[in-house]
Parts: sequence; structure tokens; C-alpha cells
Amino acid sequence: MDLRRLVYLVPLVAFIAIAGYFYLGLQRDSRKLPSVLIDQPVPSFALPPLFDDKPGLRTADLGGEVALVNVFASWCAPCRVEHPILIRLANNEKVPLYGINHKDRPEDAKRWLAELGDPYRRIGVDRDGRASIEWGVYGVPETFIIDRQGRIRYRHVGPIMPQDLDKVILPKLRELGR
Amino acid sequence: MIAEFGHFALALALVISLAQATLPLIGAQRGDAVWVALARPFALGQFLCIAVAFAALTYAYLVSDFSVVNVARNSHSAKPLLYKISGVWGNHEGSMVLWVLMLSLFGLLVALAGNNLPPTLRARVLAIQAWIGAGFLAFILLTSNPFERIFPPPVDGNGLNPILQDPGLAFHPPFLYLGYVGFSIAFSFAVAALIEGRVDPAWARWVRPWTLAAWCALTVGIALGSYWAYYELGWGGWWFWDPVENASFMPWLAGTALLHSAAVAEKRDALKSWTILLAIIAFSLSLIGTFLVRSGVLTSVHAFATDPQRGLFILLLLVVAIGGSLTLYAIRAPRLKLGGLFHPVSREGGLVLNNLLLSTALATVFLGTLYPLFLDAIGAGKVSVGAPYFNTTFVPVMVPLVAAMAIGPMLAWKRGDLAGALGRLKFAFATAVAVTALCFALVARGPVLAPLGIGLATWVIAASLLEFAERIQLFTAPAAETWRRMRNLPRASYGMTIAHAGMGIAIIGMVAVSAWRVEVVQAMRPGDIVAAAGFTLRFEGMRELQGPNYRAEAGSFTVTRNGGLVTRLDAERRFFTDPAQLTTEAAIRSTLLGDLYVAIGDEAPGQMRTVRVWYNPLVVWIWLGAVIMALGGVVSLSDRRLRIGAPARRRAAVPAGAASAGA
Repeated sequence: MDLRRLVYLVPLVAFIAIAGYFYLGLQRDSRKLPSVLIDQPVPSFALPPLFDDKPGLRTADLGGEVALVNVFASWCAPCRVEHPILIRLANNEKVPLYGINHKDRPEDAKRWLAELGDPYRRIGVDRDGRASIEWGVYGVPETFIIDRQGRIRYRHVGPIMPQDLDKVILPKLRELGR
Repeated sequence: MIAEFGHFALALALVISLAQATLPLIGAQRGDAVWVALARPFALGQFLCIAVAFAALTYAYLVSDFSVVNVARNSHSAKPLLYKISGVWGNHEGSMVLWVLMLSLFGLLVALAGNNLPPTLRARVLAIQAWIGAGFLAFILLTSNPFERIFPPPVDGNGLNPILQDPGLAFHPPFLYLGYVGFSIAFSFAVAALIEGRVDPAWARWVRPWTLAAWCALTVGIALGSYWAYYELGWGGWWFWDPVENASFMPWLAGTALLHSAAVAEKRDALKSWTILLAIIAFSLSLIGTFLVRSGVLTSVHAFATDPQRGLFILLLLVVAIGGSLTLYAIRAPRLKLGGLFHPVSREGGLVLNNLLLSTALATVFLGTLYPLFLDAIGAGKVSVGAPYFNTTFVPVMVPLVAAMAIGPMLAWKRGDLAGALGRLKFAFATAVAVTALCFALVARGPVLAPLGIGLATWVIAASLLEFAERIQLFTAPAAETWRRMRNLPRASYGMTIAHAGMGIAIIGMVAVSAWRVEVVQAMRPGDIVAAAGFTLRFEGMRELQGPNYRAEAGSFTVTRNGGLVTRLDAERRFFTDPAQLTTEAAIRSTLLGDLYVAIGDEAPGQMRTVRVWYNPLVVWIWLGAVIMALGGVVSLSDRRLRIGAPARRRAAVPAGAASAGA
């Protein structure tokens, strides 16, 4: 087989590699947290604040009460979709909500929150995405439920839609004693 | 009963498609004319059965038959008629039925229109088409039955997701599917050619109209989706690089490359194995898009309810269809005869450059979209996926593409004269420079690159018009001669000029709105005024409205400019109950110069409202440009050459029904 013929194999080989990733992706079920992190204490991290008058976020801030940690970015379209629901959670349900601003420019994030409202008690700026890796974040948005002992109890991948709120998030919060 | 009838029709369609997938193929191999001829009635039968199934499902939606699970989950008796119909394809199962309906429709059109096709090639094309159909019909019947019943039926349905209840979105999926599925014809032609081991200019001529039709539909579909996102999602953006948007954009990029390389294959009998590969890739990307949207490997706002089992089934289909065709490609393509040679600087060379750049752009979008999947392999990279990644990788590839787009049509086939072409483009260049300078003079703010972007787009538009003027010898020949040339100029040439100019127009819109958008956010009480982009908006107050299946609050604004009344705008927030969801209906005053876009937020204490006002300059040009591009495709599609097929039949009458096949 001469070299010229090998060139025609390239598309097939590339496709096989991609299909392999697809298969792994299906196995992984991205909506579930790897079992190593669930029921574990939140990873150790410390993030600088976004606003001067609102503190940043670190491990010690979590625990003591049931809370949500939401990973968001101004460039992420699904984040906008879930944002009204976060506002509702923070305002109506009075759930403590903490934000991790993922790989974003601070000025963009500030403008975004000014525009849509800021439901977060604290916001940590994760510019290079290191903290998100510690949390096992797969994409934005993602939301974690943290219990009183500061352990991760639930992970929601993708935007929280109204049905997720009623069927999953709120029952889970109630179950943890809110 | 009707639902069971529809279910049965689908099963029958599967049986027919299996027969269509095998018998004509065997017949073509053995040279058995009777078996070869079976392909056409099978294609007709398959289409009729699927049409019956689709009609049955539509009927269940129209009469709100909630004993059908699919209807109960996705419809509601109080929903307006249009959304009862669009609800049929607003969910996973129903959209798959629409998918196979389009697939069989294209198969039927090939069966009917392909009078000038050699019977064995037609039989093979239809057999490949039936393989795809059989795969998806089996997928529907085994994992996504739209006709499943429940007992007892619920009193009323869950309703369609309110943000999908919109006229623009009602027609978005059918156009997209027409595009995706249309590429299946190019794919089937490619595989059939590989089986036959022969690709000639006639082959390219048969493939082009189908590709063109699919491309037009996809262009319109993407534009509709983008326009919908713009006015419905309430934040004035028009493209979000969301995985699902990318899933429709990637086949478009591949299809655009295919259109151009097929031109080389047709005119110069060159780039044949590359054209075949692109045909396979364009449809493969449509399939991969389907996989990404429905398997749940990527999360997105658009994603359908996902189920890992379905994902595995579609992955299996991908492996068979794409893996199979690429294996055939690896075996057969090296044996294809090499075509005509050409100099790098030539029309062919220009089209090769077009293909290289489009493929690179495609690769960046592909990598960005699948980044989360590849994350494990490449470690935690620094590039985040989302607009920042795509803007830094995609745009730089598009700039040379657009710059070269103006020059390519000026080059001759085989060996072109680059200096001469550039010399003939001096007017276009001067226009572009003048427009750039004008932009710098008029707009003080915004990025420095923006006027250059506008200049680049002007360059394409001016060059397209100039090339057209040159062809008809405008002002260089007597008017009668110009008129004669205009009439004799092939429609395909008109199509190219229109489509290239449309691209330039769309780019102007994209650059302008990205660079010069004005955004004002203000908390307002009734009576307050806000100023944006020369307009003054007075907030008149809120009122309650009642829609057919929602209630709404509307904020009224009086818009004035220099003291004169411009318009009144009502920005709404709609509260749907089935299912419970809030949607924003921005108030938009659209003009060619720009859109005034007002959205209203939650109530704050003391009748305060957060009001967001945008001025989006030239934003309409984006969709206008896209529509013009699709129009160019349609004009090109009406070219005699494409309708008639083989050059030997140039004088023959136009076969009825073949003319607008698939358009």
C-alpha cells in the first residue's frame, strides 16, 4: 500500500476517534456527578471577589446552612435562561446562593449582573477555571447543593428549568432541612 | 385508531425501505433491469406510508388526543392552532417523523426527477437513501414511538414550551431538516458513485441542484433560528455559539464548501475525490448534529429530552453510515481517475482556497463544540468554549475567505491572471477604502477593526457587482449588447452574484451590531424618561393583557426623536401556566438603519422596573443578507443546465416537475 492510499484513510481514522469519544461521552452521563465528589466536602478553593463591596468565595464560606453554588458566565446563553429562576430562588425562596464566575471578564460579568439582577450573596472570580476543575465542572451553567456540613449533595448540569426547580431542586432543598 | 394506523404505516415504511435498500442494489450489481426499476415504486411507497404516519400524528395533535403520550406531553387544548401543528415537530419523537418524512420526500423527488439519470445510478442512490431511511425508521419504532398510548388519558396536556410558541420557530425546524436531509441526497450520490467507481462531470451536475436546494433551506432555517433567538430570548443577541446552533452551522459550512468544489468537479472534472468526501462530510455533520442534540452528551438550552439508550442507537447509526461510507471512500477513492490539472492561480485555485478556509473554519467550530467531550484528552485547556473562543478562532479564518471571495470569480479557469484581476477590481477596492474612511469619520467610538470589517464586506459586494457588470459589458458595449448578454447570462452566474453580495450584506450587519451596539439599563418609574442612541423613551406605565394561553404585563413606551413622535412600543412579559414559564417579548422597532429594542424586567419596590434599551445598528442586515444568499441559491437552482442534466440533452424539453425539485 503506497502512501497516497493512506491519505484516503485519514477521514475514516478521524471518524473512528471521534466516535470513540462519543461513546465515552455517552457512558459518562455528564448530568451525574462522579461518585467521588458527591457526599464529599466541597473542594478547597479560594476565589477573589467580583465586586468591591461583596466578598469572594472560599471553602470556609460554605456549610452551616443549606446553600446553592452556581457556576455561571456572561458569555453562556443557557445561563441567561436560568437566571430568572436563580433570582426567584434567592428572592422568593430565600435560598443562600453563591456564584462562581467561570472564565469570564470581570467587566462583562458585572454588566451582565447589572442587567439581569444579582441573586448571589458572594461571588468568586474563577478566571482561569482552576476552581471549576476542582469542582468537576463540565460546562456552564452548573449548580451544586451544599448541606449544613459543607458537603456536596447534588449537582445539576445545564440550566435549571422551571420543571427542574419544582421537581428536583426544591424537594432536594426541603429534604436537607430547609 | 388513527394513532395505531399511523404506527402501522411507519412499520410498513420500514419494511418497504428495507426492500428498497437491498433489491435495487442487487439489481444494479447484476444488471437486472426489473430489480433496478423497483427503486422508484418503493420510493413512492415509502414516502406515502410516512406521509400517512405524519398525517396521523398531526391529526392527534389537532384533535388534542391526550391518550397519545406524545400529544399529552407536548400539547394543550388551549394552544393556538399554529402551535398545535408546530407542536408535532416541537418534540423529539415528532421531529424524527418529520425528519424521515423529508428524507423520503427527497427520495421520491430523485425517483421522479431523475429521468436523465442512468437507471443503475438512480437505483443505487435510492437504495442508499433507503438505508438511511430504514435506520431512522427503526430508531423511531424501537426507541421513540410517537404513537404510544396511555391509559387513562390525562384531562389536558402539558403544553409546548412557551418560548417555542412563536411563528418564527414554528417554521425553523422544517427548514433546518430540509437542509440536513437534503444533504443526504449528495451523500447517497457520493456513495453510489463510489460503488460504481466512476465520477464524471455529469455526476457533479446531478449532485449540485440537490446540494444547492439543501443549502438554501439550511440558510433560511439558520437565519430563522437566529432571528427567533434575537427577538424572543430578550437580550438582543443574534448568535450564541450554542452547541445546537453549531450543530446546524457545521453542515452549512461543509455544504458551502461542497457547492464550490462541485463546481470544479462539474466544470473541470477535477477535485473529484475531495467533492465526494465533502458530500459525505456534509451529511455526516447533519447526523452528528442529530446525535449531539438528542443523546445528551452535550447540554444546551435547545436539547431535547435525552435518553442514553437513544444516544447509543444514533451512535450506532453514525458508525454504520459514516464509518461505512468512509471505509468505502478509503477503498475506492484512490482508484478514481485524477481530473484536469490547473495552475494555483486560477478559478479552480480560488475554489480550492475557499475549500481550505471553509474546512479550517469548520474544524474550529467542530473543536469548539466538542471541546467538553475532548476535555479529557487535551487536559484543562486555557481556551474557554463560548463566544470568546469562537470569536478568536473563527473570525480570523473568515477574513481571508471573504477577502478572497471577491477575487476568485474574476479569475479564469485553468490559469488566471491575479494582477489583472486585482487591476479590474480597483473600483471595488476604492469603494471599500472610501466606505472604511467614511465609517472612521462618522463613528468615533467602537473598535478600530470595525470600519475595516465594513470595508471588507463592501469589497465583496462591490466586487460581485463589478464582476457582473463586466460580464454584461455594462457601459463598455452598446446597451443592446448589454441587454443581450444579460439575457444570455446563465442563472447560475446571477445566483453567484446575488449570494456573494448577500454574504457581504450579512457581514455588514454582523460587524455593525457587534461593534456599535448601544445599551442602556435603567430603573424606571412610570413617567421617567431614558435616552439611547438619539431616541428618548418615556415609560408610560404597565398594563395587564390576556392572551389565548397566557396572561401578560406590558410596559408602554413613547419614543421620540428631536421632539417628534417616532413610535409607541409595548414590551411584554408573558406568564404561561401550561407549563409554568415566563417569557419576555421585547418591543422592537425595526428599520434598515437599526433596531430600537426594549425589554422590561421584574417589578422592584415602588413601581420600579428595570428597563433595558438597546440600539442595534444595521442588525436586520444579518437576516436580510442571509435571505438574499438563499435567494441567490434559488436563482441558481433555476438554471437550465441544472434542470436538464447531461449536456447532450441541452436542447431537450425541460422535464416537468424536475425544475424546482426540492426547492
